[in-house]
Amino acid sequence: MKVRPLKLLHVSFILLLMLMITACGTSNKVEDTNTPANTVSEKAEETKEPEQVAKKERTITFITMLKEDEGVAGVLSKLAKDYIKENPHVTFKVDTQPQAGLTQKVAILAASNDLPDLVMGATEELQDIKQIIDIEKAFTELGLMDTLAPAAVALLKSGNKVQDGTFYGLPLEMNIEGIWYNKKMFADNNLQPPTTWDEMLAASDVFMSKGIQPFAVAGKEGWPTTRLLNGYVVRKLGKDAMMKVKSGEYKLTDPGFVEAATVLQEMGKKGFFGKGVNTLDYGTAQDLFLQGKAAMFYMGSWAIRDFNDPNKNLIGAENVGFFNVPNVAGGVGTMDQYSLNNGSTTSINLSKFDDELKNFLKYVFSRYGDRAMSENGLVSGFLVNNPPAEIPPLTKLTLDLLAKAKEGYGPFEVYFNSKGGGEVPGFMQYLVEGSWTPQKFLEESEKSIRSE
Amino acid sequence: MHKVLTDWRAILVFLFPAVLIYTIVLLVPIVWSTVYSFYHGMVGINLSFNGWKNYEKMFSDSKFIYSFWLTIKYMLVVTPGQIVAGFLLSLLLVFYVRKFSVLMRTIIFFPVILPTVAVSQLFVKIFEIAPQYGLVNSILQYINLDFLVQAWLGQSSTAFWIICITDIWKAMGFYAIVLYAGVVSIPEETLDAARIDGAHGWRLVQSIVMPLLRPILVSSIIFSLNGTIKVFDSVYAMTAGGPGYSTTTLPIYMFNVTFAYWDYGYGSAMAVVIFLQSLLLTLLIYMFARKDV
Repeated sequence: MKVRPLKLLHVSFILLLMLMITACGTSNKVEDTNTPANTVSEKAEETKEPEQVAKKERTITFITMLKEDEGVAGVLSKLAKDYIKENPHVTFKVDTQPQAGLTQKVAILAASNDLPDLVMGATEELQDIKQIIDIEKAFTELGLMDTLAPAAVALLKSGNKVQDGTFYGLPLEMNIEGIWYNKKMFADNNLQPPTTWDEMLAASDVFMSKGIQPFAVAGKEGWPTTRLLNGYVVRKLGKDAMMKVKSGEYKLTDPGFVEAATVLQEMGKKGFFGKGVNTLDYGTAQDLFLQGKAAMFYMGSWAIRDFNDPNKNLIGAENVGFFNVPNVAGGVGTMDQYSLNNGSTTSINLSKFDDELKNFLKYVFSRYGDRAMSENGLVSGFLVNNPPAEIPPLTKLTLDLLAKAKEGYGPFEVYFNSKGGGEVPGFMQYLVEGSWTPQKFLEESEKSIRSE
Repeated sequence: MHKVLTDWRAILVFLFPAVLIYTIVLLVPIVWSTVYSFYHGMVGINLSFNGWKNYEKMFSDSKFIYSFWLTIKYMLVVTPGQIVAGFLLSLLLVFYVRKFSVLMRTIIFFPVILPTVAVSQLFVKIFEIAPQYGLVNSILQYINLDFLVQAWLGQSSTAFWIICITDIWKAMGFYAIVLYAGVVSIPEETLDAARIDGAHGWRLVQSIVMPLLRPILVSSIIFSLNGTIKVFDSVYAMTAGGPGYSTTTLPIYMFNVTFAYWDYGYGSAMAVVIFLQSLLLTLLIYMFARKDV
């Protein structure tokens, strides 16, 4: 039978249309992520109450770099499980993304108006584009403001680059930073925790002479090295140094910064950071410290979840000590001042702040402080009303330090724009490997943080 | 059948779906991205018309200029590396390893099918210095060349070359197989005649094999160039553009500007530059190849 070309054309067109319609029918669920989303959901028993059947299914998604059972995500997941027992129409999903790509993923979701309910990280960017909620407003509405520790609220407000008394991130963890050290290595070499930067350099010389790497630093990430730089800067110029950089009162090319960068570069050249510092990621650097291959490790107290893990900590939790960034000769900063932060803060999607989410947040965050401490030993910016009877020693140490900390300051990049925050840690790699002079590093950093 | 295939309407019916998909998947995003390149900010959030400013910015953006030339350098190293290595392997397969040709072809092609990230991580381990020496540093230490032990991927002077080696190793098998197919299609009589005339070894390759292989060589070069101009995954997996920005190729810089610095407009402008680079190179090579036909 002859088939007329025109009839063939009609048939092909119809087939093509059917194909397009089928392809266009996509799911609106949040499952389209790179990693399998972890779902915490317990459905009610088969016979449901009529009012429960009537409630619309709601999925609350939390995007984070953590796994479902890890740290902050672990606490939220457990609380969510309890909430879902009473509210079976709700599902809680943890969408885990690699840390390196989390900001990019959040940017893509924000651009397509598909931001999850709770977002860890990129708080400043989301604040700029007004897609997240003012926490004080939200928590006041929910009657949750008194669950937040005043110190945490103060830190969040001071860390907000807008400086208008608002804050947009939840302090699901509260961290104090400093130098964790191997007590046995220090004792074996008759060394005390240093109180000045010169003493710390002298101790490093001793370790080098004994074939021990003084510092474990994750140079590949960039920010662990800028933390060390920041430590010198705030001791030399005061805890408000970076705020003054932001306001323009200071420039990164000022003499205090040059001195700090020069000292850091010298430490790198002397081998205090070991070979190939720019190839080490966070996990590898931490392993060097916890396996007894490095004497000191600058890090935040979030690391104690690994310090408390006997599978990771081979030197033993009792062998881990802490000292604050030491004083610098001629500097105005003091050891009463600590680097404090709330980690990667978690924000709430403004467009999804509906009644279901409000009920969920009320339930979860009225219990968060206690649950985080009792189950995970996690120190957060939420008040602990019922502290557990037994707290791991390093967690207790962190709590004591937080109570002791008179004043706080943020990391080096805290007030930088997105470009500066992304580029400057990368420039640190040039500084520590010695291919850039301190002056060039600071000039490029200054240009980067001031660019539009 | 002949009547159907010569009827323009039938041709349109058969070509239409493919052309439509090609248009939607390839051409529409190119046009869309070009439009975005005249804007500043993030799509759907704070996009504002910027005119030519993004393109003007490129001339004064030292990192863009660096990334642009780094990508050209990468292309000039990796493309010849892949083609030459692939060509030599194809000659090996045709002229020297006939008995085990099937096995050798499988081994040579194997890296091509491995995920790029897996190959990148493999080479990261091979060139590792901390927490322990990788294969290369271990061998150097073993043969008393300790002065050569270094952080290959952790210093700006060597990281680029390690990435080049990785990408040449990964892809040379592909070009080996493509060129192998070309070499085996050369009639045996032609090769025999050349041998009778006294052409052997390299002379045979230079005067007979390469000229006859020209169309496939040109296609391979174009294919390789298009891949190297757009290199992203291997660099990202190995160094993420570091140390500093020493291995930040243009696609990596474009990615950072768009998704880390939240400037979709400027990132789109870079995408347009990459597209034009790719197009220009393809046309140049194609014109060069056609000249000699």
